[in-house]
Amino acid sequence: MSSWAGTQHMRLRKGISYFFLSATALCALIVVGVLFFILGYLVWNGGSSVNLNFFTKLPTPVGETGGGMANAIVGTMKLLLLASLIGIPLGVVGGIYMAEFSGKLSAFILQYTADLLNGVPSIVIGIFAYSVIVLRMKHFSAYAGGFALGIMMVPVTLRSTEQFLRDVPLSLREASMALGASRWKTIVSVVVPAAYRGILTAILLSLARVAGETAPLLFTAFNNRFWSHGFNEPIASLPVVVYTYAISPYDDWHRQAWAAGLVLLGMVLLTNIIARGILSRGIQAPR
Amino acid sequence: MERHFEKDLDELKDRLVWMGSLVERAVHQSVQAVLDGEKEMANRVIEEEPAINEMQIEVDERVVKLLATQQITAGDLRFAIAVSRINGDLERIGDQAVNIAQSALRILRHPRVKPYVDLPRMSEIAEEMVRDSLNALVRRDVELARNVLARDDVVDSLRNQIFRELLTYMMENSAVVFPAFELILVAKNLERIADHATNIAEDVIFMVVGRDVRHPALDRR
Amino acid sequence: MNAALGTARKPAPAAAGATKTDPLAGLKPRLEVKNLNFYYGTKHALHDISLTIPTNKVTALIGPSGCGKSTLLRTLNRMHETVKSSRLEGQILLDGEDILDQDVTRLRRRVGMVFQRPNPFPKSIFDNVAYGLRVNGYKGSISEAVEKSLRRAALWDEVKDSLHKSAYAISGGQQQRLCIARALAVDPEVLLLDEPCSALDPISTAKIEELLFGLKDYCTLAIVTHNMQQAARSSDLTAFMLEGHMVEFQSTEQLFTTPSDPRTEAYITGRFG
Repeated sequence: MSSWAGTQHMRLRKGISYFFLSATALCALIVVGVLFFILGYLVWNGGSSVNLNFFTKLPTPVGETGGGMANAIVGTMKLLLLASLIGIPLGVVGGIYMAEFSGKLSAFILQYTADLLNGVPSIVIGIFAYSVIVLRMKHFSAYAGGFALGIMMVPVTLRSTEQFLRDVPLSLREASMALGASRWKTIVSVVVPAAYRGILTAILLSLARVAGETAPLLFTAFNNRFWSHGFNEPIASLPVVVYTYAISPYDDWHRQAWAAGLVLLGMVLLTNIIARGILSRGIQAPR
Repeated sequence: MERHFEKDLDELKDRLVWMGSLVERAVHQSVQAVLDGEKEMANRVIEEEPAINEMQIEVDERVVKLLATQQITAGDLRFAIAVSRINGDLERIGDQAVNIAQSALRILRHPRVKPYVDLPRMSEIAEEMVRDSLNALVRRDVELARNVLARDDVVDSLRNQIFRELLTYMMENSAVVFPAFELILVAKNLERIADHATNIAEDVIFMVVGRDVRHPALDRR
Repeated sequence: MNAALGTARKPAPAAAGATKTDPLAGLKPRLEVKNLNFYYGTKHALHDISLTIPTNKVTALIGPSGCGKSTLLRTLNRMHETVKSSRLEGQILLDGEDILDQDVTRLRRRVGMVFQRPNPFPKSIFDNVAYGLRVNGYKGSISEAVEKSLRRAALWDEVKDSLHKSAYAISGGQQQRLCIARALAVDPEVLLLDEPCSALDPISTAKIEELLFGLKDYCTLAIVTHNMQQAARSSDLTAFMLEGHMVEFQSTEQLFTTPSDPRTEAYITGRFG
């Protein structure tokens, strides 16, 4: 009598294996399918409205057709610019501190805090920005919106920067210090350049994420039917316009909302693809 | 790629070759002292022996250092081992030359026993064997080394011949016993020198082709 | 007289130097360690170590894993200070001056280090070698200095046409020679090598060992190796360490033929453990 498994047992094992393979494949398919479904839906409903007018014209008065979303597109850009000015320095420099200088306890506290901040609902951040900036200034502005989005960028940028810096092997730091470089020179000349692709990717991804946030903008940047000048006025943005147009009674505006959603999703996808491209082409330090 | 221990190997060979030249000269001069009755030559051989011994010690120290530190293998290893063995044989040849020189000094006090015929011939062959075995080492010449091995029998038969002849002389005339006896010793020393030369030749063969030909009866291949 | 032997010349006598009793006879000290005690937190890692590393020679540190040889090496350029819990007592003198009193970045320009695994920066070959020069504010021609270092590291001919290429585009053995060139660029007086060949194949190892032989003329070398044959091949003096103690320090020839301590003999003959 052989001490190894018989053919029946083998068939059972193969069956189970096959079942799990199919199940996981099906789940993966569903996930991918959902994305393509959304994409397809947007293209179907909004594709026709993505024309030159969309990108160049201001919204027309209620009821008229032929308007565009130029101000919302520019508005989103301006808001992202402000957000970067807050989010990138805080995130990157904070990440450098956490990776290079903090002790075990402070690192843990900072990481935990950042993760908590990441989990704060976006509307709560909006309220915070509202009370700190809007109430003081007594009006809505791009500053307030940029501030809110900037705060939201910080946790992701911080943690990613920290992670990519930690991934730089200790041996590179030792090599630099053994050549007579100070701690700071080592960080600036060796560690950050070694991690910069990852950090850049993290920045792009967090920008892509906050570009689509609607709730905090509702009562900070508010909205604007016309061009906003500078940063001290209420400003239009793509997500808010999608919201406004979608709940309106006008078909033309509905179509434009679809188009705006499509453009927004397109921007996010494009940013993601660029980010992954940068990350994969990097000179990775071999283990 | 050139390795820095190659210099050590070259220096080792140089010293061995130098030692060989000293030994060769000692043999030649000691035999001349016997054949021509040259007292100064005999003394010189005795005085110059320490230089040979010094070189033996230096060569051995170098071989030990080389083996301990450089983990030499294959041809380099066989070379070092051959050098170590040849070193010993050269030193003993030197000792035999001194013995011959001392015999020369003792023979001087007596009249010549007989015209020397076989002794010069024997010494010539023995000296050639020493010279050729060292040449074989320098040129890594296996054929030459084998040739040296072949001549050993000639030396052995010459020694036997000299023994018989001198014994006859001693039996016929008791006055010549002392010098004749010394001459027998000289012949014995020359035969030993030839043996050491064949040892050197065998070591050369080992060094070049890795075959140990010292005891052909035991050759299992 | 025959031709071959007739040309034999009297060989030059051996150079005077290490005797059987004093390995440092006639040698100038470069680095001196005096009564060094080293602690990682509460662990007493090095016990009362005293060692002299002479100029323009290769000194090897050997011993079983965990004996403290790497720890000792890393104190010589104060790399131990990257670990917060480390504590050092005793003196380490470079040309007579205590290194613990000096500015550490200046010290590390004078005492360079090459590590176990090649660790070139993610920059070009040229920028790797130039890094130390730039960081220390070198005033001369950087490209000349880079070429000089690469030549000394026996790497110039292999990379001279691709200096702009990434340092990761070359093989492991070449990367390690690049790290050596990088360390040599700042013209250190002492070069510390921590098991530099342990990650390399035998041919790369042989190339680096030959390289070390030539580097002796330019600086003083101290090498830690777990491969005692490498220590035997490449060094002039060898120190044997065991469990944080210095057991024996001798000329390499002496240590490997007639060690004084039975523990040394046990280790060298492979009977240890």
